[in-house]
Amino acid sequence: MSIGWYLAVSALIFSIGAGGVLVRRNPLVILLCLELMLNAANLALIAFARMHGNEEGHIFAITVMVVAACEVCIGLGLIVAMYRRRLPIDVDEMRELQG
Amino acid sequence: MAEVLFFIAGIGAVAGAVGTVGLRNPFYSVLALVFHLLCLAALFLLLNAEFVAAAQVVVYAGAVMVLYVFVVAYVGGSQAQLGPAVSPRMRLASGAVALFLFIELAIVFLGSGLKAIDSEGAPYEAGFGSPAAIGDLLLGDFLVPFEIASFLLLIAAVGAVTLARRRGGLAEDSDVVTPLDLVRRPTGTGTMAEAVGGRGAPHGAGTDPAGRDDTASTSGDTRETDGEA
Repeated sequence: MSIGWYLAVSALIFSIGAGGVLVRRNPLVILLCLELMLNAANLALIAFARMHGNEEGHIFAITVMVVAACEVCIGLGLIVAMYRRRLPIDVDEMRELQG
Repeated sequence: MAEVLFFIAGIGAVAGAVGTVGLRNPFYSVLALVFHLLCLAALFLLLNAEFVAAAQVVVYAGAVMVLYVFVVAYVGGSQAQLGPAVSPRMRLASGAVALFLFIELAIVFLGSGLKAIDSEGAPYEAGFGSPAAIGDLLLGDFLVPFEIASFLLLIAAVGAVTLARRRGGLAEDSDVVTPLDLVRRPTGTGTMAEAVGGRGAPHGAGTDPAGRDDTASTSGDTRETDGEA
């Protein structure tokens, strides 16, 4: 398969993830959609690494996975804290920082 | 053969992504994402990224998704707390933005003028993307990013523990554990010596075990309600 096909799949997954972030209101599902977008970026990175025959893209992808794990860690901690304080689990309701 | 595998994995990945976005129950969303990640690992394998595919399955589909499942089980049926659904206009606008983004990305990829984009990729030596090659890079050229990433993980773990702590965060210091508390065990917390009325037993412990149990359970109860409140 040519590299272009992989990039097309990556673009499609990224768009689906971005649409999901906009549509859904449950912060858990928004985190899942962020994972989708990060994974689409990973697919593009690895496709380009294959295109150039250079493994440094793999290192980049692994670093993205580490950062995604950190993001999940903090995000889920926030959601658990929200749940404990009986705040609504809904990003539309959490707008106090907007002033 | 590679074409067939690509289309199976690619369609699976896109279907998993659609399921993640579309399913109402967050638990099913997580399961759809696991399916998506497994299909993506197959795509990585087709691109000769063996180590990244293995890391994807073990770290992502294994560890991170377990974390998600636990939090979904903990937060549970919070769907009822949601207010009225997203308005159809908002939904349409979101879809339009996503479509626009896809078209834009397609233009970027197709119009990039990269000659090799239509090829199967550069020729590579045996061992491309193998754990040995990746390890060589990680501990050689990319040692500093590797160490920084490990620090980032440590900071995130500490931050998550702080965030998900009991109500009040760090300001409430009523139950701060000092090193001394670890040495000095409170009485009545159950050692063999206490059970048989030995030298560690508190006063009246041997005659009134029920009372001791009672206080222990009530303190446990307050702790639990505190955690939930």
